[in-house]
Amino acid sequence: MSGNSISRRSILKALSMGAVAGSVLRVIPLEAAEYAHGLIAAEKADAKTGAYTPKFFPPQQYKTLQSLCGTIFPADADSGGAVEAGAPEFIDLLTSENPEYQLKLGGGLMWLDATCVDRYGKSYLDCSSQQQKELLDRIAYRKNAMSDASLSQGVEFFSFLRDLTADGFFTSKIGIEYLGYIGNTFLTDFPGCPPVPGV
Amino acid sequence: MAQLNPPAKIYDVCIIGSGAGGGTAAKVLTEGGLSVVMLEAGPALNPETDFKEHIWPYELPHRGAGIGGRASADFGEFLAPNGFWEIEGEPYTVAPGSSFRWFRSRIEGGRTNHWGRIALRFGPTDFKARSTDGMGDDWPITYEELAPYYDKVESFVGVFGTKENVPNAPDGVFQPPPKPRCTETIVKKACDTLKITCIPSRLAIITQPLNGRPACHYCAQCGRGCITASNFSSSQVMIPPAQATGRFTLIPNAMAREIVLGKDGKAEAALYIDKTTGSENRVRARAFVVAASACESARILLNSRSSSFSDGLANSSGVIGRYLTDSVGSSLAGHFPQLEKMPAHNHDGVGGMHMYMPWWKFGEKNDFLRGYHIEFGGGRGMPGVGEFWGVCAEYEGYGVSLKQKCRSSYGTVIGFSGRGEMIPNENSFCEIDPNVVDKWGIPVLRFHWEWGENELKMAQHMQDTFRSIVETAGGTVLVGHRKTDETQIAEGRLHIDASQAKRSTISEGGTIIHELGTVRMGNNPKTSVLNKNCQAHDVKNVFVADAAPFVTNPDKNPTLTIMALSWKTSDYLLDQAKKGEI
Repeated sequence: MSGNSISRRSILKALSMGAVAGSVLRVIPLEAAEYAHGLIAAEKADAKTGAYTPKFFPPQQYKTLQSLCGTIFPADADSGGAVEAGAPEFIDLLTSENPEYQLKLGGGLMWLDATCVDRYGKSYLDCSSQQQKELLDRIAYRKNAMSDASLSQGVEFFSFLRDLTADGFFTSKIGIEYLGYIGNTFLTDFPGCPPVPGV
Repeated sequence: MAQLNPPAKIYDVCIIGSGAGGGTAAKVLTEGGLSVVMLEAGPALNPETDFKEHIWPYELPHRGAGIGGRASADFGEFLAPNGFWEIEGEPYTVAPGSSFRWFRSRIEGGRTNHWGRIALRFGPTDFKARSTDGMGDDWPITYEELAPYYDKVESFVGVFGTKENVPNAPDGVFQPPPKPRCTETIVKKACDTLKITCIPSRLAIITQPLNGRPACHYCAQCGRGCITASNFSSSQVMIPPAQATGRFTLIPNAMAREIVLGKDGKAEAALYIDKTTGSENRVRARAFVVAASACESARILLNSRSSSFSDGLANSSGVIGRYLTDSVGSSLAGHFPQLEKMPAHNHDGVGGMHMYMPWWKFGEKNDFLRGYHIEFGGGRGMPGVGEFWGVCAEYEGYGVSLKQKCRSSYGTVIGFSGRGEMIPNENSFCEIDPNVVDKWGIPVLRFHWEWGENELKMAQHMQDTFRSIVETAGGTVLVGHRKTDETQIAEGRLHIDASQAKRSTISEGGTIIHELGTVRMGNNPKTSVLNKNCQAHDVKNVFVADAAPFVTNPDKNPTLTIMALSWKTSDYLLDQAKKGEI
């Protein structure tokens, strides 16, 4: 597609056709989608060239990041998880541009591995899934840091990563479909609130 | 370097700024037969390439978070260009002990490309503040004098709403409003119980075709800029008709520095920096309309020093920069369990609220003066960055159970924001910082800010009201919820500390982006800069046409009044030009 293939004029035309047809709920998703795709064609051009190469995290750390993202929001019967949703790529991109993120996440991942070596004699990825769960269950809740101060940096790190993973997952196509958001389209009339008992 | 040979061309009018006020003046003046040159400090706008309407977050590598995740500080990556709290190379300063933020747009159309489109008329009492309660001052014009211009603006730009006869919240020329969303139905019911007026909102978004612009297509993305121009922006609605006259010249990337006074005591040229070359240029005109936004207009006038006006052009009164106000802001969010039962449905609507609460206690004895209105929104909008931080913080953990919790919480939050009237005080003003210039060599503004007791009481009343609405509607208040207030997200003040709760109730000065009053109008040249026609008392061919002339800052968002007042000012300027007075 060469750049902005659908012009404002053709959208206007499509909208006026919708109005003439007089449909109460006429949706023109094709025009909308093509317009958006035209605008971002350039940005996406280099995203299709194969496997993602991390911009900030060294390979081993990136694998740990992927593992954590997948654990925070895993695939289940209803949808794919944060890894399929591209959360690790999104987090790596932002981190590569932000020294504060580099410290929090890069340092946090090193804290995680050092803590695993202390407790289990090996890095996080080499731990058994039972050992991984045991540690994550400790750093996934603020109240644990109150009873064990040695966990507080880990709790901070995990909380920050969880927020970013949520951002990466719920702004993806998979995540948006999982939530059931319906919209971002062209309507000729807004239907208002559907009838639901009690609302 | 100064350009010594002035260009031959002398325009009838030079307008500085292309936003709501400048755009309106450009349309009215060119259609009235005058030649107009407009200086805009940013680039020209191209909606087809500059707007991100209809793009999904996953179609952008940063998903809306912006480079390094920093876009949330400027309302996100999707916002129509170019609005910023901080502009590189163009700083402002804040006096010690004060706190103030200044949002600026450097682009054709200015802040109208992404504003909230809330289009409320000021009411009769808003023009008579001092006569009503003894505080502040009266305007030199009445509501009745401005009303015909509200009619003209609403008829031309298109505003939806309903005739309601609410005291001091006048009805206008309205298109039909959109139907309420589920969130609005719930809140309306609670307001009825509490006897709080809740009516269709009044937004500058068209629900029926108007002047070749198609009706809204209900994608809820007005803030991104509208490719079909179904909402109002100066760049898409005011400037095109000016251009169609053939008498309009836009000079983009032109950073106005000062207005030069001629030997005859009239302004004769505007000096500006061409940002693309860094060179200094001048443009000559018979009259000048300063519409650069309230504080920027004050800055230009204060920086226009001459032997006649050592404290700034038309500033013999010394009040330029004084009487600075912003709206009183306060926010609270609630979780509404009944929304968890809603089936998935299209909840988008227009890019803004379909209903709102005008001040419902007008004329009653309250424990503070003046009033506020309530804006609210929430529900099943397009998911975005930051949306689930609150759920993650509340439930913690990880895995399928957290994922499911996010899904059941999605669309169940409604946020409430109050917008109230600030009474001007002597400790809130802007002035030229004696020590700092921007990258163009232009001295910058220094802000001083203090909320008064009346504003603090009002913000507390907002909080109490929001809480009672949330609880009456069957919801629970979310304390320190991250989506509660964009300002708090921008500030990084995401969790309200108990010890700071009282201070945090009220917004930081400037952050509601309704700053105004810095070049005020009045009948007395000793206490005001402009006469009732927004014409400088001191220099008859200088006019101001943004929110700087406003004498009060009532709870109604200022943009509609900026346009009505600019239209009135422009009609007067046209009349003066015809009579050969200018």
